[in-house]
Amino acid sequence: MSEPARTLHPALAVSEGAPANLTIAGVRALDPVAGIDQVCDLVVRDGVVSSLAEPGSGAAPDSGEVVDGSGRVAVPAFVDPHVHLRTPGREDEEDIESGTRAAAAGGFCCVVAMANTDPVVDSPELLSALRRRADREARVQVGFAAAVTVGQRGDRLTDTTLLADAGAVCFSDDGLPVRSARVMRQALQCQRLHGLPLVLHEEDPDLSGEGAMHEGTVSVRLGVAGIPWASEAVMAARDVLLAELEDGRIHLQHVSSARTLAIVEWARARGVAVTCEVTPHHLLLCDEDVAGLDTARKMNPPLRSAGDRTALREALRSGLIDCIATDHAPHAQEEKEAPFEEAPMGTTGLETAFAALYTDLVVPGELSLATLVEKLTAGASVLGFERPSLKPGSVANLCLVDLDKEWTVGENGFESRSANNAFLGRRLRGKVLLTTSAGAVVWRDRSILMREVAA
Amino acid sequence: MSARHLLAIGDLGREGIERILARAESFAEVAGRPIKKVPTLRGRTVINLFMEPSTRTQSSFELAAKRLSADVVTVKAQGSSVEKGESFKDTVLTLSAYDPSAIVVRAPHAGAAALVARWSRASVINAGDGKHEHPTQALLDLFTLRRRLGRLDGLRVWIIGDVAHSRVARSGIVALRTMGCEVTVCGPPTLVPRAIAELGCSVRYDLAGVERADVIYALRVQRERIAGIVAPSLREYVERWQIDGRRLRPGQVVMHPGPVNRGVELASEVCDSPQSLIVDQVEAGVAVRMAVLYELLAGAGGDGARTPAVSEQEAPQPA
Ligand SMILES: [Zn+2]
Repeated sequence: MSEPARTLHPALAVSEGAPANLTIAGVRALDPVAGIDQVCDLVVRDGVVSSLAEPGSGAAPDSGEVVDGSGRVAVPAFVDPHVHLRTPGREDEEDIESGTRAAAAGGFCCVVAMANTDPVVDSPELLSALRRRADREARVQVGFAAAVTVGQRGDRLTDTTLLADAGAVCFSDDGLPVRSARVMRQALQCQRLHGLPLVLHEEDPDLSGEGAMHEGTVSVRLGVAGIPWASEAVMAARDVLLAELEDGRIHLQHVSSARTLAIVEWARARGVAVTCEVTPHHLLLCDEDVAGLDTARKMNPPLRSAGDRTALREALRSGLIDCIATDHAPHAQEEKEAPFEEAPMGTTGLETAFAALYTDLVVPGELSLATLVEKLTAGASVLGFERPSLKPGSVANLCLVDLDKEWTVGENGFESRSANNAFLGRRLRGKVLLTTSAGAVVWRDRSILMREVAA
Repeated sequence: MSARHLLAIGDLGREGIERILARAESFAEVAGRPIKKVPTLRGRTVINLFMEPSTRTQSSFELAAKRLSADVVTVKAQGSSVEKGESFKDTVLTLSAYDPSAIVVRAPHAGAAALVARWSRASVINAGDGKHEHPTQALLDLFTLRRRLGRLDGLRVWIIGDVAHSRVARSGIVALRTMGCEVTVCGPPTLVPRAIAELGCSVRYDLAGVERADVIYALRVQRERIAGIVAPSLREYVERWQIDGRRLRPGQVVMHPGPVNRGVELASEVCDSPQSLIVDQVEAGVAVRMAVLYELLAGAGGDGARTPAVSEQEAPQPA
């Protein structure tokens, strides 16, 4: 029997960790994709899920560690197709080590870092250097997006096949749209060579202008320049039409408005290969939550109207939205501690995604836990990675969650180097106690008790 | 006023507004004396932090604080604090080290005064934050109107011009509505957002019906906004939205927060007509700002722990 591949995709980087030998006793194992929902002793041997045994059946190994799983849930670890690790250039805000530590603490086994760093990841050399660095520092599996256009200036294509050969997992100018429709079309044509998805930040910068929040009643009340929903929707409309023209595959990042969803629905009905993601903050907050001008809630796209939020939730349930992505965007405190209109856009999200969604959507009965888990892992499928699974024989990419544990966001600081979290101070339910990635334990909550079983 | 700060007009409510207007009446009386000074805030420090230039508001606040015998320091900082290499927060912390009783804040960004309130122990007065709020302007407008027309309840007020970029309009609509006025905003659609109706006013894009207004409140329209991309053209603006002698009806009064672009939003003859309250507004500004300082620092709303007792004799009482 050959060794299973350790990472979910050959292009993902991860530092070598000791393969876990671990039994989670009496745990509810939930893997909606594999159709697993049972109470069992979940046994991991040499970093691979070896069995989901009858509780107390004695399947526990004679060496390794045993964790009490009773009252807790084990799920496939999450995959985030959209994070910012700020490396290179802004290591004061985040680096590969701190960002992936935050990911592990949030139950993620895999993240994809965007290319809008300083310098922009638009050359094979830089991409290779980053992957080598991640091979040393990353706690969880990391994929790197390469820029669609040189310097993300929107007017000239990067060397897409060289970047694909160097290990890019997708192409994205995230932070910015691909300004030129002609260049966007060329990018879709190049997709025939490398096959990687084009991951798109949809925004018309002219329409966004100086906007600092959603254009609507709140922005008018506050006198803050707004970003209309049309800013996102018109660009999304352009890109699905171009994808149809070139028979390409696109993924829309952080959709925020009901109109964008309508465009996705229309495009799908026409057979366009378009997927999309939504962030926890767009699902849980709206422009009313910005009325106090808290800069932790300033992001792009902005928190939209309550009606948009309702549409996003419905689209998540109906399957129109493929996956949840955090758009984890760390910022230095002194930059966020500025007047709202001057502060940079973005919120961190890796450490709060599961708990915030669980508290506000699953606990009140709006979303099932199974759907939440499915949407938090589906980023893998969107990008063509193998999906984390609890099926025996799978490499251990799982997390153990205590659904009843309450905690306050920020009370013990963050694993991320930045603290600009939109849910700061919120009381949440559901805590990730343990995470494995690529077969190794990468996160343990301080509260978790493990019993060592001697060899 | 129960709060320690005046950040937004909506914080006051009808009762709070009434109290300040009443107090301002008595301070207006002080302005009529040969020695226009009361000792109410003797020994206290008021800092004016002006991050964008405004001769009018700045001198009005300075005069108000001086007439209450406070020590006044005016600090002019660059609009963008980042340019200076000192953050807005650092500026506020530095000024707070002087232990001021009040900080008056004018800044180019919404929420700036609220941030000062968070970072400092002083009472904070919002003297205009971005396009958000300008509560003392709203108060002095109410004061001026009531003095001239004898009432506020039921007045029909038209606010005409660049509503989109106007903090005066935002605070004004809320204040006028609170006091029972009927408010209509009017101007080119590029300068009047539809959603402004949420504040309780009606929205019109032409002057039809303005003859029934009791009050015409013109807002400053920046030439570059008109001549640029926002409104069609200066000529069109003047043609459609300027208030000139032909449009003004007897009995109507005209107001403007200043400075006026003569010949743009108002014709020159309207500015100078006896129906214009523009000079009255400036005059009212000092009395109203004295009243606000008094209410925050010496009145019931003052921070007891930090406020030295002020005898009732020292402060003029409302008539
Ligand atoms: Zn983006």
